[in-house]
Amino acid sequence: MNLVSAILGWLTDPAHWSGSGGIPVRLAEHLYFSGLALLVALVIALPIGVVVGHTGRGGFLIVGLANGLRSLPELGLLTLLVLAMGIGLLPVTIALAVLGIPPLLAGTYAGVRNVDRSVVDAARGVGMRESQVLLKVELPNALPLVLGGLRAASLQVIATAAVAAYVSFGGLGRFLIDGLRTRDYPQMAAGAVLVALLALLVEAVLAIVQRQVVSPGLRAGGGARRSPTAEVARVEPDAGPSSTTTPELAGAPR
Amino acid sequence: MVWDWIPRNSDLIFSLLGEHLVLSLIPVLVGLVLAVPLGWLANRNTAARAVLIPSAGLLYTIPSLALFIVLPGILGTQILDPTNVIVALTIYTMALLVRSIADALAAVPRMVVAAATAMGFRPGRRFVEVELPLSVPVLIAGLRVATVSNISLVSVGALIGVGGLGELFTDGYQRNFPTEILTGVVLTVLLALAADAALLGIGRLVTPWERPSQKPRAARAGR
Repeated sequence: MNLVSAILGWLTDPAHWSGSGGIPVRLAEHLYFSGLALLVALVIALPIGVVVGHTGRGGFLIVGLANGLRSLPELGLLTLLVLAMGIGLLPVTIALAVLGIPPLLAGTYAGVRNVDRSVVDAARGVGMRESQVLLKVELPNALPLVLGGLRAASLQVIATAAVAAYVSFGGLGRFLIDGLRTRDYPQMAAGAVLVALLALLVEAVLAIVQRQVVSPGLRAGGGARRSPTAEVARVEPDAGPSSTTTPELAGAPR
Repeated sequence: MVWDWIPRNSDLIFSLLGEHLVLSLIPVLVGLVLAVPLGWLANRNTAARAVLIPSAGLLYTIPSLALFIVLPGILGTQILDPTNVIVALTIYTMALLVRSIADALAAVPRMVVAAATAMGFRPGRRFVEVELPLSVPVLIAGLRVATVSNISLVSVGALIGVGGLGELFTDGYQRNFPTEILTGVVLTVLLALAADAALLGIGRLVTPWERPSQKPRAARAGR
Protein backbone atom coordinates (compact mmCIF):
# COMPACT_ATOMS: atom_id res chain seq x y z
CA MET A 1 0.00 0.00 0.00
CA ASN A 2 1.06 3.51 -0.85
CA LEU A 3 0.68 4.83 2.69
CA VAL A 4 2.80 2.11 4.24
CA SER A 5 5.64 2.60 1.79
CA ALA A 6 5.51 6.37 2.28
CA ILE A 7 5.75 5.96 6.06
CA LEU A 8 8.48 3.35 5.81
CA GLY A 9 10.36 5.50 3.33
CA TRP A 10 10.24 8.44 5.69
CA LEU A 11 11.18 6.37 8.73
CA THR A 12 14.12 4.66 7.04
CA ASP A 13 15.62 7.86 5.67
CA PRO A 14 18.85 8.29 7.70
CA ALA A 15 18.48 12.08 7.55
CA HIS A 16 15.47 11.79 9.86
CA TRP A 17 17.47 9.96 12.51
CA SER A 18 20.12 12.58 13.22
CA GLY A 19 20.44 16.20 14.23
CA SER A 20 18.48 18.35 16.65
CA GLY A 21 15.22 17.66 14.83
CA GLY A 22 15.84 13.94 14.37
CA ILE A 23 13.71 11.11 15.70
CA PRO A 24 15.97 10.23 18.69
CA VAL A 25 16.03 13.83 19.94
CA ARG A 26 12.27 14.27 19.48
CA LEU A 27 11.65 10.96 21.22
CA ALA A 28 13.86 11.99 24.15
CA GLU A 29 12.03 15.33 24.42
CA HIS A 30 8.69 13.58 24.29
CA LEU A 31 9.68 11.16 27.04
CA TYR A 32 11.28 13.94 29.08
CA PHE A 33 8.28 16.21 29.37
CA SER A 34 5.79 13.35 29.56
CA GLY A 35 7.81 11.86 32.42
CA LEU A 36 8.11 15.19 34.18
CA ALA A 37 4.37 15.79 33.95
CA LEU A 38 3.61 12.27 35.17
CA LEU A 39 5.90 12.79 38.14
CA VAL A 40 4.11 16.01 39.05
CA ALA A 41 0.74 14.28 38.64
CA LEU A 42 1.89 11.38 40.83
CA VAL A 43 3.17 13.69 43.58
CA ILE A 44 -0.20 15.44 43.67
CA ALA A 45 -2.65 12.59 43.04
CA LEU A 46 -1.11 9.74 45.01
CA PRO A 47 -1.20 11.28 48.52
CA ILE A 48 -4.68 12.73 48.02
CA GLY A 49 -6.04 9.46 46.65
CA VAL A 50 -4.47 7.45 49.47
CA VAL A 51 -5.69 9.74 52.24
CA VAL A 52 -9.22 10.01 50.87
CA GLY A 53 -9.37 6.29 50.20
CA HIS A 54 -8.05 5.49 53.67
CA THR A 55 -10.35 7.82 55.60
CA GLY A 56 -13.28 7.45 53.22
CA ARG A 57 -13.98 11.18 53.59
CA GLY A 58 -14.50 13.31 50.50
CA GLY A 59 -14.81 10.40 48.13
CA PHE A 60 -17.57 12.00 46.15
CA LEU A 61 -15.35 15.05 45.70
CA ILE A 62 -12.61 12.91 44.18
CA VAL A 63 -15.09 11.22 41.88
CA GLY A 64 -16.58 14.52 40.82
CA LEU A 65 -13.19 16.14 40.33
CA ALA A 66 -11.81 13.21 38.37
CA ASN A 67 -14.81 13.22 36.05
CA GLY A 68 -14.86 16.98 35.71
CA LEU A 69 -11.19 17.15 34.79
CA ARG A 70 -11.73 14.35 32.31
CA SER A 71 -13.94 16.52 30.14
CA LEU A 72 -11.36 19.33 29.96
CA PRO A 73 -10.27 19.72 26.34
CA GLU A 74 -6.51 19.26 26.27
CA LEU A 75 -5.87 21.63 23.38
CA GLY A 76 -7.84 24.41 25.09
CA LEU A 77 -6.00 23.95 28.35
CA LEU A 78 -2.64 23.93 26.60
CA THR A 79 -3.23 27.02 24.47
CA LEU A 80 -4.75 28.93 27.39
CA LEU A 81 -1.80 28.17 29.68
CA VAL A 82 0.75 29.03 27.02
CA LEU A 83 -0.95 32.36 26.32
CA ALA A 84 -1.01 33.07 30.04
CA MET A 85 2.55 31.99 30.84
CA GLY A 86 4.47 32.17 27.57
CA ILE A 87 5.98 29.32 25.60
CA GLY A 88 8.02 27.07 27.81
CA LEU A 89 8.27 23.86 29.73
CA LEU A 90 6.16 25.10 32.65
CA PRO A 91 2.76 25.59 30.95
CA VAL A 92 3.18 22.34 29.03
CA THR A 93 4.08 20.43 32.18
CA ILE A 94 1.12 21.89 34.05
CA ALA A 95 -1.31 21.08 31.24
CA LEU A 96 -0.04 17.51 30.92
CA ALA A 97 -0.03 17.01 34.69
CA VAL A 98 -3.60 18.25 34.97
CA LEU A 99 -4.63 15.61 32.42
CA GLY A 100 -2.65 12.89 34.17
CA ILE A 101 -4.19 13.56 37.57
CA PRO A 102 -7.79 12.26 37.08
CA PRO A 103 -6.95 8.64 36.22
CA LEU A 104 -4.25 8.49 38.91
CA LEU A 105 -6.52 10.00 41.52
CA ALA A 106 -9.43 7.76 40.59
CA GLY A 107 -7.24 4.66 40.50
CA THR A 108 -5.57 5.35 43.84
CA TYR A 109 -8.79 6.27 45.55
CA ALA A 110 -10.71 3.29 44.18
CA GLY A 111 -7.78 0.99 44.93
CA VAL A 112 -7.43 1.94 48.56
CA ARG A 113 -11.18 2.19 49.05
CA ASN A 114 -11.85 -1.25 47.63
CA VAL A 115 -9.42 -3.11 49.83
CA ASP A 116 -11.45 -5.76 51.60
CA ARG A 117 -12.60 -4.19 54.88
CA SER A 118 -12.11 -7.44 56.77
CA VAL A 119 -8.46 -7.45 55.71
CA VAL A 120 -8.03 -3.92 57.06
CA ASP A 121 -9.81 -4.88 60.28
CA ALA A 122 -7.57 -7.91 60.63
CA ALA A 123 -4.51 -5.70 60.19
CA ARG A 124 -5.73 -3.45 62.99
CA GLY A 125 -6.61 -6.52 65.01
CA VAL A 126 -3.06 -7.87 64.91
CA GLY A 127 -1.90 -4.55 66.31
CA MET A 128 -0.75 -2.59 63.28
CA ARG A 129 -0.62 1.16 63.60
CA GLU A 130 -2.64 3.23 61.12
CA SER A 131 0.51 4.04 59.15
CA GLN A 132 1.36 0.33 58.97
CA VAL A 133 -2.17 -0.54 57.89
CA LEU A 134 -1.82 2.01 55.13
CA LEU A 135 1.68 1.13 53.93
CA LYS A 136 1.76 -2.61 54.50
CA VAL A 137 -1.82 -3.61 53.82
CA GLU A 138 -3.88 -1.05 51.97
CA LEU A 139 -1.28 0.16 49.48
CA PRO A 140 -0.04 -3.27 48.35
CA ASN A 141 -3.64 -4.38 47.97
CA ALA A 142 -4.47 -1.23 46.04
CA LEU A 143 -1.49 -1.61 43.73
CA PRO A 144 -3.33 -3.14 40.75
CA LEU A 145 -5.72 -0.20 40.57
CA VAL A 146 -3.03 2.38 41.28
CA LEU A 147 -0.95 0.97 38.43
CA GLY A 148 -4.03 0.83 36.23
CA GLY A 149 -4.41 4.54 36.92
CA LEU A 150 -0.76 5.10 36.11
CA ARG A 151 -1.14 3.31 32.77
CA ALA A 152 -4.14 5.40 31.86
CA ALA A 153 -2.38 8.58 32.94
CA SER A 154 0.75 7.71 30.95
CA LEU A 155 -1.23 7.12 27.79
CA GLN A 156 -3.16 10.32 28.26
CA VAL A 157 0.01 12.33 28.86
CA ILE A 158 1.92 10.78 25.95
CA ALA A 159 -0.99 11.39 23.60
CA THR A 160 -1.40 14.98 24.73
CA ALA A 161 2.34 15.62 24.60
CA ALA A 162 1.98 15.16 20.84
CA VAL A 163 -0.55 17.98 20.84
CA ALA A 164 1.99 20.16 22.69
CA ALA A 165 3.94 20.57 19.44
CA TYR A 166 1.18 22.90 18.34
CA VAL A 167 2.30 25.46 20.91
CA SER A 168 5.81 25.50 19.44
CA PHE A 169 7.11 22.75 21.60
CA GLY A 170 9.30 19.75 20.82
CA GLY A 171 8.55 16.07 21.07
CA LEU A 172 7.30 13.63 18.46
CA GLY A 173 4.30 15.89 17.87
CA ARG A 174 6.68 18.19 15.93
CA PHE A 175 6.58 15.77 12.99
CA LEU A 176 2.78 15.83 12.97
CA ILE A 177 2.42 19.59 13.24
CA ASP A 178 5.30 20.48 10.93
CA GLY A 179 4.11 17.93 8.40
CA LEU A 180 0.65 19.45 8.58
CA ARG A 181 1.99 22.96 7.98
CA THR A 182 4.15 21.95 5.04
CA ARG A 183 1.56 19.50 3.66
CA ASP A 184 4.15 16.73 4.03
CA TYR A 185 1.84 13.78 4.54
CA PRO A 186 4.54 11.08 4.86
CA GLN A 187 6.17 13.06 7.68
CA MET A 188 2.81 13.53 9.47
CA ALA A 189 1.85 9.90 9.12
CA ALA A 190 5.28 8.70 10.22
CA GLY A 191 5.08 10.99 13.25
CA ALA A 192 1.61 9.65 14.04
CA VAL A 193 2.91 6.08 13.80
CA LEU A 194 5.82 6.93 16.10
CA VAL A 195 3.49 8.45 18.71
CA ALA A 196 1.18 5.44 18.51
CA LEU A 197 4.13 3.04 18.81
CA LEU A 198 5.45 4.93 21.82
CA ALA A 199 2.02 4.75 23.48
CA LEU A 200 1.78 1.01 22.82
CA LEU A 201 5.33 0.42 24.06
CA VAL A 202 4.80 2.35 27.29
CA GLU A 203 1.51 0.52 27.83
CA ALA A 204 3.26 -2.84 27.32
CA VAL A 205 6.14 -1.92 29.67
CA LEU A 206 3.75 -0.79 32.39
CA ALA A 207 1.67 -3.94 31.95
CA ILE A 208 4.82 -6.00 32.54
CA VAL A 209 5.78 -3.87 35.56
CA GLN A 210 2.28 -4.37 36.91
CA ARG A 211 2.64 -8.13 36.55
CA GLN A 212 6.00 -8.06 38.31
CA VAL A 213 5.19 -5.89 41.32
CA VAL A 214 1.64 -6.91 42.15
CA SER A 215 1.52 -9.52 44.88
CA PRO A 216 0.73 -12.98 43.45
CA GLY A 217 -2.06 -13.32 46.00
CA LEU A 218 -3.93 -10.51 44.29
CA ARG A 219 -3.67 -11.98 40.83
CA ALA A 220 -5.61 -15.16 41.30
CA GLY A 221 -9.21 -15.18 42.42
CA GLY A 222 -9.26 -11.57 43.47
CA GLY A 223 -9.03 -10.57 39.86
CA ALA A 224 -12.62 -11.22 39.02
CA ARG A 225 -13.89 -9.23 41.94
CA ARG A 226 -11.52 -6.36 41.40
CA SER A 227 -11.39 -6.01 37.69
CA PRO A 228 -14.60 -4.05 37.41
CA THR A 229 -13.22 -1.21 39.44
CA ALA A 230 -9.83 -1.62 37.88
CA GLU A 231 -11.34 -0.42 34.70
CA VAL A 232 -12.47 2.78 36.28
CA ALA A 233 -9.16 4.40 35.94
CA ARG A 234 -8.72 3.38 32.36
CA VAL A 235 -11.63 4.93 30.71
CA GLU A 236 -10.23 7.53 28.43
CA PRO A 237 -9.38 7.03 24.90
CA ASP A 238 -5.67 7.18 24.62
CA ALA A 239 -5.91 5.42 27.86
CA GLY A 240 -6.44 1.75 27.82
CA PRO A 241 -9.35 -0.47 27.28
CA SER A 242 -12.72 -0.52 28.73
CA SER A 243 -14.69 0.87 31.52
CA THR A 244 -17.35 -1.33 32.77
CA THR A 245 -17.01 0.12 36.15
CA THR A 246 -17.24 3.62 35.55
CA PRO A 247 -20.56 3.43 37.19
CA GLU A 248 -18.94 3.70 40.53
CA LEU A 249 -16.65 6.55 39.74
CA ALA A 250 -18.94 8.26 37.34
CA GLY A 251 -21.66 8.22 39.92
CA ALA A 252 -23.99 6.23 37.73
CA PRO A 253 -27.03 4.57 39.26
CA ARG A 254 -25.06 1.53 40.30
CA MET B 1 -10.64 39.09 29.08
CA VAL B 2 -12.86 40.79 26.56
CA TRP B 3 -16.26 39.58 27.64
CA ASP B 4 -18.31 41.39 25.01
CA TRP B 5 -16.51 39.29 22.37
CA ILE B 6 -18.89 36.49 23.35
CA PRO B 7 -22.23 38.15 22.50
CA ARG B 8 -20.70 39.73 19.40
CA ASN B 9 -19.71 36.30 18.11
CA SER B 10 -22.65 34.28 19.34
CA ASP B 11 -23.51 33.12 15.80
CA LEU B 12 -20.03 31.68 15.31
CA ILE B 13 -20.04 30.12 18.77
CA PHE B 14 -23.42 28.47 18.26
CA SER B 15 -22.52 27.05 14.88
CA LEU B 16 -19.26 25.63 16.33
CA LEU B 17 -21.22 24.24 19.27
CA GLY B 18 -23.58 22.51 16.85
CA GLU B 19 -20.69 21.16 14.82
CA HIS B 20 -19.05 19.94 18.01
CA LEU B 21 -22.21 18.15 19.05
CA VAL B 22 -22.57 16.44 15.67
CA LEU B 23 -18.89 15.43 15.53
CA SER B 24 -19.03 13.88 18.98
CA LEU B 25 -22.50 12.30 18.97
CA ILE B 26 -22.57 10.60 15.55
CA PRO B 27 -19.61 8.43 16.64
CA VAL B 28 -21.47 7.50 19.81
CA LEU B 29 -24.49 6.28 17.83
CA VAL B 30 -22.51 4.48 15.13
CA GLY B 31 -20.08 3.07 17.70
CA LEU B 32 -23.00 1.71 19.72
CA VAL B 33 -24.63 0.09 16.70
CA LEU B 34 -21.34 -1.59 15.77
CA ALA B 35 -20.45 -2.57 19.32
CA VAL B 36 -23.67 -4.45 20.16
CA PRO B 37 -23.13 -7.36 17.72
CA LEU B 38 -19.39 -7.44 18.47
CA GLY B 39 -20.03 -7.47 22.22
CA TRP B 40 -22.61 -10.20 21.71
CA LEU B 41 -20.06 -12.23 19.74
CA ALA B 42 -17.34 -11.66 22.34
CA ASN B 43 -19.67 -12.84 25.08
CA ARG B 44 -20.78 -15.95 23.16
CA ASN B 45 -17.56 -17.17 21.72
CA THR B 46 -14.33 -17.51 23.69
CA ALA B 47 -12.17 -17.36 20.58
CA ALA B 48 -13.92 -14.19 19.41
CA ARG B 49 -13.47 -12.72 22.86
CA ALA B 50 -9.76 -13.53 22.84
CA VAL B 51 -9.42 -11.54 19.62
CA LEU B 52 -11.95 -8.74 20.11
CA ILE B 53 -11.21 -7.59 23.65
CA PRO B 54 -7.43 -7.19 23.29
CA SER B 55 -7.75 -5.53 19.89
CA ALA B 56 -10.30 -3.12 21.34
CA GLY B 57 -7.78 -2.28 24.04
CA LEU B 58 -5.08 -1.81 21.43
CA LEU B 59 -7.21 0.55 19.34
CA TYR B 60 -7.93 2.51 22.46
CA THR B 61 -4.23 3.06 23.06
CA ILE B 62 -3.69 4.95 19.80
CA PRO B 63 -3.46 8.69 20.51
CA SER B 64 -6.30 10.64 18.91
CA LEU B 65 -4.12 13.07 16.95
CA ALA B 66 -2.19 10.14 15.48
CA LEU B 67 -5.41 8.42 14.45
CA PHE B 68 -6.85 11.62 12.94
CA ILE B 69 -3.74 11.89 10.78
CA VAL B 70 -3.30 8.26 9.74
CA LEU B 71 -6.97 7.71 8.81
CA PRO B 72 -6.96 9.84 5.63
CA GLY B 73 -4.19 7.60 4.30
CA ILE B 74 -6.26 4.51 5.04
CA LEU B 75 -9.69 5.81 4.06
CA GLY B 76 -8.50 7.84 1.08
CA THR B 77 -10.20 10.95 2.45
CA GLN B 78 -8.82 14.49 2.42
CA ILE B 79 -6.93 15.44 5.57
CA LEU B 80 -9.44 18.22 6.34
CA ASP B 81 -12.45 15.94 5.88
CA PRO B 82 -14.67 15.72 9.01
CA THR B 83 -15.06 12.01 8.21
CA ASN B 84 -11.61 11.39 9.68
CA VAL B 85 -12.61 12.75 13.08
CA ILE B 86 -15.95 10.93 13.01
CA VAL B 87 -14.38 7.61 12.06
CA ALA B 88 -11.61 7.97 14.67
CA LEU B 89 -14.07 8.72 17.46
CA THR B 90 -16.34 5.90 16.26
CA ILE B 91 -13.39 3.53 16.61
CA TYR B 92 -12.76 4.69 20.19
CA THR B 93 -16.43 4.46 21.11
CA MET B 94 -16.76 1.00 19.60
CA ALA B 95 -13.58 -0.21 21.32
CA LEU B 96 -14.87 1.01 24.66
CA LEU B 97 -18.40 -0.34 24.26
CA VAL B 98 -17.49 -3.81 22.96
CA ARG B 99 -15.86 -4.51 26.30
CA SER B 100 -18.74 -2.93 28.24
CA ILE B 101 -21.37 -4.92 26.36
CA ALA B 102 -19.50 -8.21 26.60
CA ASP B 103 -19.08 -7.74 30.37
CA ALA B 104 -22.67 -6.62 30.81
CA LEU B 105 -24.03 -9.63 28.91
CA ALA B 106 -21.83 -11.95 30.90
CA ALA B 107 -23.30 -10.48 34.09
CA VAL B 108 -26.91 -11.27 33.14
CA PRO B 109 -28.00 -13.91 35.66
CA ARG B 110 -28.10 -17.39 34.10
CA MET B 111 -31.42 -18.08 35.79
CA VAL B 112 -33.02 -15.16 34.01
CA VAL B 113 -31.76 -16.38 30.64
CA ALA B 114 -32.93 -19.90 31.47
CA ALA B 115 -36.34 -18.61 32.53
CA ALA B 116 -36.69 -16.67 29.29
CA THR B 117 -35.73 -19.76 27.31
CA ALA B 118 -38.24 -21.83 29.26
CA MET B 119 -40.96 -19.28 28.50
CA GLY B 120 -40.33 -19.91 24.82
CA PHE B 121 -38.13 -16.98 23.84
CA ARG B 122 -36.01 -17.79 20.80
CA PRO B 123 -32.35 -16.72 21.14
CA GLY B 124 -32.78 -13.63 18.95
CA ARG B 125 -35.80 -12.32 20.78
CA ARG B 126 -34.34 -13.31 24.13
CA PHE B 127 -31.26 -11.21 23.36
CA VAL B 128 -33.24 -8.15 22.33
CA GLU B 129 -35.94 -8.33 24.99
CA VAL B 130 -34.18 -9.85 27.99
CA GLU B 131 -30.40 -9.79 27.88
CA LEU B 132 -29.90 -6.42 26.23
CA PRO B 133 -32.27 -4.50 28.53
CA LEU B 134 -30.59 -6.05 31.55
CA SER B 135 -27.22 -4.78 30.28
CA VAL B 136 -28.46 -1.21 29.98
CA PRO B 137 -26.92 0.11 33.24
CA VAL B 138 -23.42 -1.02 32.26
CA LEU B 139 -24.02 0.07 28.68
CA ILE B 140 -25.08 3.55 29.82
CA ALA B 141 -21.97 3.79 31.99
CA GLY B 142 -19.85 2.98 28.95
CA LEU B 143 -21.79 5.42 26.79
CA ARG B 144 -21.27 8.19 29.32
CA VAL B 145 -17.51 7.69 29.30
CA ALA B 146 -17.42 7.47 25.51
CA THR B 147 -19.55 10.59 25.09
CA VAL B 148 -17.61 12.72 27.55
CA SER B 149 -14.27 11.71 26.10
CA ASN B 150 -15.51 12.22 22.53
CA ILE B 151 -16.65 15.72 23.39
CA SER B 152 -13.23 16.48 24.82
CA LEU B 153 -11.38 14.81 21.92
CA VAL B 154 -13.25 16.54 19.10
CA SER B 155 -11.32 19.70 19.92
CA VAL B 156 -8.02 18.00 19.06
CA GLY B 157 -9.45 17.78 15.56
CA ALA B 158 -9.02 21.55 15.33
CA LEU B 159 -5.35 20.85 14.60
CA ILE B 160 -6.42 19.21 11.36
CA GLY B 161 -9.03 21.89 10.74
CA VAL B 162 -12.15 20.05 11.97
CA GLY B 163 -12.68 20.65 15.64
CA GLY B 164 -16.01 22.24 16.50
CA LEU B 165 -15.35 24.36 19.57
CA GLY B 166 -11.69 23.37 19.29
CA GLU B 167 -11.42 25.87 16.46
CA LEU B 168 -11.82 28.55 19.13
CA PHE B 169 -8.59 27.21 20.67
CA THR B 170 -6.48 27.33 17.52
CA ASP B 171 -7.97 30.66 16.43
CA GLY B 172 -7.64 32.18 19.90
CA TYR B 173 -4.07 30.94 20.17
CA GLN B 174 -3.05 32.35 16.81
CA ARG B 175 -4.64 35.71 17.64
CA ASN B 176 -3.28 35.70 21.20
CA PHE B 177 -6.85 36.03 22.49
CA PRO B 178 -7.52 34.07 25.73
CA THR B 179 -11.21 35.02 25.93
CA GLU B 180 -11.91 32.94 22.86
CA ILE B 181 -10.04 29.92 24.24
CA LEU B 182 -11.69 30.19 27.63
CA THR B 183 -15.12 30.38 26.00
CA GLY B 184 -14.32 27.17 24.12
CA VAL B 185 -13.05 25.38 27.23
CA VAL B 186 -16.07 26.35 29.33
CA LEU B 187 -18.55 25.40 26.59
CA THR B 188 -16.82 22.07 25.99
CA VAL B 189 -16.99 21.17 29.68
CA LEU B 190 -20.63 22.32 29.90
CA LEU B 191 -21.51 20.30 26.81
CA ALA B 192 -19.85 17.24 28.33
CA LEU B 193 -21.71 17.71 31.60
CA ALA B 194 -25.04 18.19 29.81
CA ALA B 195 -24.53 15.11 27.63
CA ASP B 196 -23.50 13.10 30.69
CA ALA B 197 -26.59 14.19 32.62
CA ALA B 198 -28.81 13.45 29.61
CA LEU B 199 -27.43 9.91 29.32
CA LEU B 200 -27.86 9.39 33.05
CA GLY B 201 -31.48 10.49 32.68
CA ILE B 202 -32.08 8.23 29.69
CA GLY B 203 -30.55 5.34 31.62
CA ARG B 204 -32.93 5.91 34.54
CA LEU B 205 -35.86 6.27 32.19
CA VAL B 206 -35.33 3.01 30.32
CA THR B 207 -34.59 0.92 33.40
CA PRO B 208 -37.57 1.51 35.68
CA TRP B 209 -36.81 -1.77 37.46
CA GLU B 210 -33.51 -0.34 38.67
CA ARG B 211 -35.24 2.33 40.71
CA PRO B 212 -35.80 1.31 44.29
CA SER B 213 -39.58 1.54 44.68
CA GLN B 214 -40.12 2.96 48.14
CA LYS B 215 -43.90 2.67 48.29
CA PRO B 216 -44.54 -1.07 48.25
CA ARG B 217 -41.78 -1.63 50.76
CA ALA B 218 -43.20 1.00 53.13
CA ALA B 219 -46.65 -0.52 52.77
CA ARG B 220 -45.33 -3.94 53.60
CA ALA B 221 -43.53 -2.56 56.64
CA GLY B 222 -46.72 -0.93 57.82
CA ARG B 223 -48.69 -4.12 57.65
